[in-house]
Amino acid sequence: MTTIPLRVAGLSWRVRPRAVAVTLGGLALLGLLMALNMRIGDIPMSLSQVLGGTFDVNSADHFVIMELRLPRALTGALVGAALALSGAIIQSIARNPLASPEILGVTTGASVTVVAGVVASGSAYGGVSGLLSTLGIPLLALLGGLTGAVIVYALAWRRGLDGYRLVLVGIGVAAVFTNVKYWLLTVGDVNDTGRAMVWISGSLNGRGWEHVVPVALALAVLVPLTLLGTRSLDALRFGDDTVTALGLRMNPARALMILAAVLLAAVATASAGPIAFVALAAPQVALRLTRYGQPPLLSSAVVGAVLTAAADLIARTVFSPIELPVGVVTAVLGAPYLIHLIWKARK
Amino acid sequence: MTSTAVTPRPHGVQHRRLTVLLVLLGAVVIGVVLSITIGAKSVPPADAWHALTAPTGTENDIVIRSLRVPRTVLGVLAGLALGVAGALMQGHTRNPLADPGLLGVTQGAAFAMVASIILLGASSLLAYIWFGLAGALIASVGVFALGMVGGRGGPTPVTLALAGTAVSAFLYALTSAIVLLDEQAMDVFRFWQAGSIAARGSEVVWQVLPFILAGLVLAMVNAPGLNALALGEDVARGLGQNIALTRTVGVAAVTLLTGASVAACGSLAFVGLIVPHLVRPLSGTDHRWLLPYSGLVGAALLLLADVIGRVVAPPGELEVGVVLALLGAPFFVVLVRRRKPVRL
Repeated sequence: MTTIPLRVAGLSWRVRPRAVAVTLGGLALLGLLMALNMRIGDIPMSLSQVLGGTFDVNSADHFVIMELRLPRALTGALVGAALALSGAIIQSIARNPLASPEILGVTTGASVTVVAGVVASGSAYGGVSGLLSTLGIPLLALLGGLTGAVIVYALAWRRGLDGYRLVLVGIGVAAVFTNVKYWLLTVGDVNDTGRAMVWISGSLNGRGWEHVVPVALALAVLVPLTLLGTRSLDALRFGDDTVTALGLRMNPARALMILAAVLLAAVATASAGPIAFVALAAPQVALRLTRYGQPPLLSSAVVGAVLTAAADLIARTVFSPIELPVGVVTAVLGAPYLIHLIWKARK
Repeated sequence: MTSTAVTPRPHGVQHRRLTVLLVLLGAVVIGVVLSITIGAKSVPPADAWHALTAPTGTENDIVIRSLRVPRTVLGVLAGLALGVAGALMQGHTRNPLADPGLLGVTQGAAFAMVASIILLGASSLLAYIWFGLAGALIASVGVFALGMVGGRGGPTPVTLALAGTAVSAFLYALTSAIVLLDEQAMDVFRFWQAGSIAARGSEVVWQVLPFILAGLVLAMVNAPGLNALALGEDVARGLGQNIALTRTVGVAAVTLLTGASVAACGSLAFVGLIVPHLVRPLSGTDHRWLLPYSGLVGAALLLLADVIGRVVAPPGELEVGVVLALLGAPFFVVLVRRRKPVRL
């Protein structure tokens, strides 16, 4: 691993050219995908039309671009980034490539709450009514996600936090949430089940600015915070005992990082549902592309954004007019690529 | 990591282990008795005995012989299979998050069954257990082959686990796409997903029995090799282990056990995820004991959860998967909190 030290006014950073290249390359690809997402749809547009629609308020395309396509594409990219970042943090803390926000109770908690809401208030009229329409699915998901995380955290805390115990408690709580979710899906009307399944898979259908803003805010606050914690995460790789012996105070740093991971996943899930596979795959893809020993945070976020943006483009165009939930496509797209990377590394 | 594979143990330890084994066996027997006698129609033990030994075609005899017995046998088989498969899987991947469906077994079965519904127009998943089994086997072999390619001495645990997760996610996505586009498939799939051992009938039991028996034999054969592998691949090789063979046998066992169980009973794979963690404090990390303990605890838990599911929500039933999660998981969490976890 080549590393270039960068020193400015007494502070020093390690710069890894490969990670920088992956991040910048990912951002370029993301830009391209966003542009395509703007152009392709029921009304195909040229790039000049897109630009005209973006900046000219009186243009006929203004509504399509600014109210439909841009917020949706942004929600996808931001949610993908947030989930991937959350996954990268959790995989580092648990020191386990199979870990994802699921074991923190966030996505499973959100899923079970939303399914319960849809099944309880979904009615024969085919619409969403009652409590759910007042609260809204995003708020319900946020509440469920945070509650799930609090439960896991409280149960895992015992004179400090141990990565291994967190994983085990997470498995137990996730098992309860998941099976209650399965049960709720069998209780309701099959139409409600279908609606709930779309949300569980993760969908960007009809997402507007109200879905963009919370995720953007969360990322704006939490990305710098988590980058500050990178050093602690790097140290964690050596195991709790070694870290303690080295004299690092791990509990505060680790608690903050877990909190950040929980908030990122909760806000992202509230906006677009628990988009499958991004949180697990993006960090592993980023890790292999940058050849780190541990999921790199920033590169993971960029990979997550690219994966989700690309999946959304496919989800809404390939089977048009039928639109697939984006979470169905992220796995179809991400899994072969991850397998390819694993396979390549073995040669 | 301690292993008792090579060091002889004092008689006390061996004695204690046999006692635990007998206690667990007793728990399974109690589970069987409860499962046969309790339900929507309660049958006194004497009548149950009558039905089993000298049936004369009374109502109780029919209930017992055509409903309760197949259901109970399937519960025992699936519990044994999933418990053992979970312990094997966690041993081979050395990952506490590994469930026995990790290599794509569960999702392979789900995809094959749902695909057969829309292609062949069946109204029940149970008609397609063969497809489920085939799907499970193909997915698992595919993942294992993927891990084998280019590797020396077999795939490493991490690549195996990751490749399995990726393939599972891929298959799950395809399954979701199908059920979202086809309401009838969705209606069948959601009940399979919840997991149940009810209303399977004896033909299902006969269908999965050979696979599970073969899987159990392979698993026990695999135990000593797995103990050596737990010391690290280099040490195991030094001890004369054929690592590729040990891994292959292990994966074959997991695939047979899990594939047969999920094809018949739905996605109950988390039984295999949780049970080994429950059992490790009792058994230690010696797989020769961990595997049978896990199987017995799995069977006892599955039967108990199924019986509870029958009586808590009359006149209906609660799916065994839900009861098991609500019952087993909190117990599991308490256990994790009280003791220092036995690490893999």
